[in-house]
Amino acid sequence: MLDVRGLRKVYEGSGRRVEAVRDLTFTVDAGELVCLVGPSGCGKTTLLKCMGGLLAPTGGEVLLEGRRVTGPPPGMAFVFQEYGRSLFPWMRVGENVELPLKQKKLSKARRRELVRDALHSVGLADAVGAYPWQLSGGMQQRVAIARALAYEPRVLLMDEPFAAVDAQTRADLEDLVRRLWRERGITILFVTHDIDEAVYLGERVLVLSASPTVVQEQLKVDLPDARDQLNTRVSARFAELRTHVYEQIQAAKRGGPVTKSEAVPKSDGRPSH
Amino acid sequence: MRTLLLRTVFVLALPAVLVAVWWVASEDSTDVYWPPLSTILETFPDVWTADRLTGDVVPSVLRLSGGYALAAVVGVGLGTVIGSYRRVRAVCEPVLEFLRAVPPPVLVPVIMLFAGIGDTMKVTVIASGCVWPILLNTVEGVRAVDPVMAETARSYGLTGAARLRHVVLRSASPQIFAGLRQALSIGIILMVISEMFAASNGLGFTIVQFQRSFAIPDMWTGILVLGLLGFLLSVVFQLVERRVLGWYHGLRAATRRSP
Repeated sequence: MLDVRGLRKVYEGSGRRVEAVRDLTFTVDAGELVCLVGPSGCGKTTLLKCMGGLLAPTGGEVLLEGRRVTGPPPGMAFVFQEYGRSLFPWMRVGENVELPLKQKKLSKARRRELVRDALHSVGLADAVGAYPWQLSGGMQQRVAIARALAYEPRVLLMDEPFAAVDAQTRADLEDLVRRLWRERGITILFVTHDIDEAVYLGERVLVLSASPTVVQEQLKVDLPDARDQLNTRVSARFAELRTHVYEQIQAAKRGGPVTKSEAVPKSDGRPSH
Repeated sequence: MRTLLLRTVFVLALPAVLVAVWWVASEDSTDVYWPPLSTILETFPDVWTADRLTGDVVPSVLRLSGGYALAAVVGVGLGTVIGSYRRVRAVCEPVLEFLRAVPPPVLVPVIMLFAGIGDTMKVTVIASGCVWPILLNTVEGVRAVDPVMAETARSYGLTGAARLRHVVLRSASPQIFAGLRQALSIGIILMVISEMFAASNGLGFTIVQFQRSFAIPDMWTGILVLGLLGFLLSVVFQLVERRVLGWYHGLRAATRRSP
């Protein structure tokens, strides 16, 4: 579904040359929910922007269903961390969700149906006529998610979407993402710096190294499909997985660039130098 | 109901005081150039007849609207182009700063050479003065489009005209309106000035005519009409702004409540 091959991104400007992403290769299968987690400042956002066609990579390529991504592809939707700056404050909630659909040249009836359905899915059916700034942070991010859903993407890219909301709202939004993923069968790539969130949400967790970024480890999350905040987070397996990811990230911070390693068994999880 | 009453009192209090002060201070005036307000008000209905309104006020307002509209179109259009492209901005900015610094009334004699002494000249003068605040504010507004919003637009395939209409211009609209507001007062000034040069009707022309024929109370009524016109236009402007920028005021109030 989504192939990232040898992705490399170097920022150049005012005499400084920063290699944000060195060499990233991984794939995301159709219908998968993959979490990308890494130390802060490790180029997660850069990676996501390259995948979304918002940034041109310096080297390597991103393929969506076998086709090379050169600009934002129509089958892909983006949810940004800064919901307050991602929704258009001059449009009501309904218009915000509808605007990308107009661009897709959908009929009015179809647009209305998609808007209603998407807002209903995120529990904001009543907020159609409100302005985004009249809503709480969590609700605004729900609107952003609804906008992405209405766009009917095959791939949904989420860039630390819940980093700026409070803990309780965050838990609700995590469950919302799980539910939407299971209901709609969208492929989701979820970037976060929160280890618990990555393990709780993902079917698979990709641990990234510190910048310049490579894939430090790929980890399959073998938690049951039906997860809930109360039981999943206290299960022994959850604790093992999060400890493992935590160790990996600590190793990534200490070790700097590490060569790419395939999903290693837990017992010798540390990368070899 | 009470708050409405109170607000009306607040709005009208100061104008009422000022008029009263003027009335009392000028009551016993025998100075020809400074007639009592009562005389001015008595003259008012005689001077501003329906004929005069259609013959002088309407042409003035039409010139103002023409020049202002032209300035708005040119200012927003050019401003969007200049604001969107860094290279264009680098080339244009010094020239714009220079042109802006030239006081528009100075241009009247120059523009007369090219545009004659008719309405074209007046509209051009008004437009040439009004365009700068609109242009420069549009440039700033377009430049300041939030990068996250710009990326959002891009990722959802909003490009070209749709991006311009739904994202760039809307996002810049608070700044554009700030420019339009400044331009409005400049426009009224230039309307009067342009009519003082080679005109056969209009408010500026009429006031100068009265002054030259020593019809001083009549001249004062003309100034009152100008003041009223300015006030009326600013009220209309505020109504439009409140409608178009309702979201902006709401957003600002919301951010003030929870920073």
